[in-house]
Amino acid sequence: MADKILKKLNIKVWRQKNAADKGRFETYTIENISTGSSFLEMLDILNNQLIIDGKDPIAFDHDCREGICGTCSLYINGRAHGPDTEVTTCQLHMRKFKDGETITIEPWRAKAFPVIKDLVVDRTAFDKILQAGGFISVNTGGVPDANAIPIAYDDAEESMDAAACIGCGACVAACKNSSAMLFVSAKVSHLAKLPQGKVEAKDRARNMIAKMDELGFGGCTNTGACEVECPKSISISNIARLNREYLKARFSE
Amino acid sequence: MSKFLTASIGRKFIMSISGLFLVVFIAVHLTVNLFLIFDDSGELFNLAANFMATNPAVKIMEPLLGLGFLVHILWSFFIEYENWRARPVKYDKKNTGISSSWASRNMLILGALVLVFLVVHIIHFFWVIKFNPEAMSTVVVGGEHMEDTYKLVADLFKSSVAYDIFYIFGGILLGIHLSHGFWSGFHTLGLSNKNWMSRLQIVGRIYAIVVAVGFSVIPLYFLIKF
Amino acid sequence: MSILDSKIPEGPLAEKWNKHKAGIKVVSPANKRKLEVIVVGTGLGGASAAASLAELGYKVKAFCYQDSPRRAHSIAAQGGINAAKNYQNDNDSVFRLFYDTIKGGDYRAREANVYRLAEVSPNIIDQCVAQGVPFGREYGGLLANRSFGGVLVSRTFYARGQTGQQLLLGAYQALNRQIAKGNVEMFSRHEMLDVVKIDGKARGIIARDLVSGEVKRFGAHAVVVATGGYGNVFFLSTNAMGSNGSAAWQCYKKGAFFANPCFVQIHPTCIPVHGDQQSKLTLMSESLRNDGRVWVPKKKEDAEKLRKGEIGANDIPDEDRDFYLERRYPSYGNLVPRDVASRAAKERCDAGFGVNAEGKAVYLDFKYSIERLGKKVIEARYGNLFQMYEKITDVDPYKEPMMIYPAIHYSMGGTWVDYNLMTSVPGLYSIGEANFSDHGANRLGASALMQGLADGYFVLPYTIGDYLADEIMTPTVDTNAPEFDEAEKSVTARIEKLYNIKGSKPVDYFHKKLGHVMWNYVGMSRNEEGLKKAVQMIREIREEFWKDVKIPGELDNLNPELEKAGRVADFFDIGELMAMDALDRKESCGGHFREESVTDDGEAKRNDDKFTYVSCWEYKGESQEPVLHKEDLVFENVKLTQRSYK
Repeated sequence: MADKILKKLNIKVWRQKNAADKGRFETYTIENISTGSSFLEMLDILNNQLIIDGKDPIAFDHDCREGICGTCSLYINGRAHGPDTEVTTCQLHMRKFKDGETITIEPWRAKAFPVIKDLVVDRTAFDKILQAGGFISVNTGGVPDANAIPIAYDDAEESMDAAACIGCGACVAACKNSSAMLFVSAKVSHLAKLPQGKVEAKDRARNMIAKMDELGFGGCTNTGACEVECPKSISISNIARLNREYLKARFSE
Repeated sequence: MSKFLTASIGRKFIMSISGLFLVVFIAVHLTVNLFLIFDDSGELFNLAANFMATNPAVKIMEPLLGLGFLVHILWSFFIEYENWRARPVKYDKKNTGISSSWASRNMLILGALVLVFLVVHIIHFFWVIKFNPEAMSTVVVGGEHMEDTYKLVADLFKSSVAYDIFYIFGGILLGIHLSHGFWSGFHTLGLSNKNWMSRLQIVGRIYAIVVAVGFSVIPLYFLIKF
Repeated sequence: MSILDSKIPEGPLAEKWNKHKAGIKVVSPANKRKLEVIVVGTGLGGASAAASLAELGYKVKAFCYQDSPRRAHSIAAQGGINAAKNYQNDNDSVFRLFYDTIKGGDYRAREANVYRLAEVSPNIIDQCVAQGVPFGREYGGLLANRSFGGVLVSRTFYARGQTGQQLLLGAYQALNRQIAKGNVEMFSRHEMLDVVKIDGKARGIIARDLVSGEVKRFGAHAVVVATGGYGNVFFLSTNAMGSNGSAAWQCYKKGAFFANPCFVQIHPTCIPVHGDQQSKLTLMSESLRNDGRVWVPKKKEDAEKLRKGEIGANDIPDEDRDFYLERRYPSYGNLVPRDVASRAAKERCDAGFGVNAEGKAVYLDFKYSIERLGKKVIEARYGNLFQMYEKITDVDPYKEPMMIYPAIHYSMGGTWVDYNLMTSVPGLYSIGEANFSDHGANRLGASALMQGLADGYFVLPYTIGDYLADEIMTPTVDTNAPEFDEAEKSVTARIEKLYNIKGSKPVDYFHKKLGHVMWNYVGMSRNEEGLKKAVQMIREIREEFWKDVKIPGELDNLNPELEKAGRVADFFDIGELMAMDALDRKESCGGHFREESVTDDGEAKRNDDKFTYVSCWEYKGESQEPVLHKEDLVFENVKLTQRSYK
């Protein structure tokens, strides 16, 4: 409801100059933050303060600031995207914090997501996995009429549930094994639930998993943390489907 | 197939197959053991134990079971190591309790504790039965001579409260391990979907409770009764 | 022949595109392999173009400033995409879509381009379905449609409230497939800073690797700019934080004309600004107006109490509520087009009836539709939007009305292009929101996605061949050419100049200041005096910026402040040109409202006699006034009428 003012906050944040730097935590103090501000606006304010003080501002990834582009990626107080559910970092608001609190901010931690600077990590591994098979091989033009293939309502809905993935990497960040299985399974499920996607289902599962393993993500142990921290609540039942698709593909060899 | 076994899902597949195999074993094991408390004369239990010791099918399964344990244990360390390597820099602050259960995150620790229990358990019973039968007395049940396994178990549980507590503890640990392991095994095999996932989780929890209660009730029975 | 040759084909409207395609040149597969194309931006336009060109056999280099091509801001589009499929049997047709679009744009777009857009629209849906875009479906398994504002048929295809995301992921998947095949080389976290011309033709770009800070050269036989709009000139907008007009602006400086810069769309339903620390505005889908009623209090004293927080919205009885849209526009009511709804909200707030602490918000109330349809129905329709609203504002819209206010959303203006989507620089193309072509002075809902994909999948891949067919003898572009030296030198010099100012204020300070001027004088309502004042103020802020901006960090490292500074430096210039263009256009049309040009009852009044043209601005140098060229718009198939929603 009515916004209050958080008089003082301690921001303990990971600072790392570049990929080669070892990195360390630093703590800054920030005053008079409205509970109506978003978390990233709080960081904007802190950064402008740092610039005026002649210090290097904290680098963090962000873009659309409405929870859909998947760029923002902060591990706040021990949780991916911070202490709220079904939100990205940019949708997190300061009303979730208490006056005087120390807020710890870390980058996504995974071997496959090396730190570029401060809180910015390199997630091109996700692109590489999708390049390995996360598509349907059709060229532009020469496709049938959109209504030529009816798709059951429930299948289309389930496909959409999985396709809602924004590729932010919270699943990897939240997983104790840094596993990318929820991400991969979301794409595999999105396409496997559609007749158009079934044609290449086997190659897709084989190639995407091979790429995922090669890039250094851990394995899935079904803790379910990814689903809880996923801003789009993508279900781990997709992981079961991926396992099934993969087993089918391998046993048919 | 070699690619399959080395892939992350393949490794998990092995864990899940061996795990579910052990789940079946545990069900059989528990069933047999429960005879301990339903017949204080020990006849029922001895009959069952004798059947297990002499049945050819069980004899064939015995080395397979050993293999199952071995694979499940060795693979778990290997997988855990690989998963540990996937995050070279750890988080400073973790708040994982909100998003996942303690058991699911600590299957290796639970498994290792179960392993410690298992070793002691084997020394107590399996070892004696298999390799040191002279230490056992014999008994006649229904006209047939057999080893008095009931006495072996009952004596141990009567001998010290510490053993009882140790076995109760072991049963509970195994239950916690299974509370995650049961449905997780099915999930890894792909035998789950958005409807079946919660059903399997419920079945898994029930099974875990049955195992924990079932195995702990035996030493508890001896502790209270004798 | 005027300096502006739009190259619109002769013949009847419905035959122009087919005739044109039949007449233009085609490159042989063997030659396509030797031809390189640069595509800057990977939104709907860029990703679809890069993928389609690579499928044809061209060697493509694609660039985006984001960490992945999937994050381009097309992803944020919510509502849907129009297509003249007539699946609903409601008498939709290519002509009807064309007509609605040209009317919606207040008759300030080219007939031929808009007709082509409508013509290829059905192909887009076919393509997307084949790619696996999970559009909403009926229980029989066929595609579902919804209707959108200002239109009488149901032609909008949608994927829940995430249509833009799903369409972009479709294009991104196609792009990924070509990257995997080696036909597209992808450069993410790279920002285009200049276009390089050799012998008058576009031959490459200069881009900065945002991670290493390295300024690099890339050569090609043609350059396609698909870098979106410049709405962030207002500081607060629904655009992504990184969305910028710099690539288009460099094209302008290299000779590409900039068309209709003053045409920007203001979306009526955004979450209002709170305080002065806000960084970004969030859009709430236009579809909400289907079931929500817009109102402010009738009594000023009630508004004052609301602003002070003494009473809540629910304390005001129905008879004291002013449903001003229903009052002013009885026939369209809450469903008037975006420009009309936005202006009406501003009018009420300016008159002192605003309802939030800042006095800059109106209510969008679902109480009545919840009473009528039940909470369940409303939840099924808008649940995700209501949840998003609550997360941001901490107010439950099921219990209290939403507060909304207009915000900058889209730029209809952009780089001038001919019918082939080529700018006035040979070999330099502009597609999607970056060009000016299809939406005139106001864009209808669900047509931006259509345009981006039409350009990328079905127009550019044909028309670029016409140009490249003459380039088959041009060898691989040598990036050691003196033109590249010079371009790189000037880019580096500008970066260093900015960095070395070492003033006292961060970039945001200046950007906010610019935004205030733009919003107050070049925003929803404009007049001559204000626009002149704006030009003056922008110049002053720009001067201050170039003297006093402070950029921390290093040049050879990831440096978001440096990136921002470059973009804001261009926003000053874009803002200035917008104000100049708005000054020139002494009529009200679409999103451009001149207080001097109104009807007796205060509605926007177009002046077709004097302003039926596209304003095309030509850059003449750093301190020179730009020159205005006019492309006359000829309407042969529609009759120009004044829009009325009464």
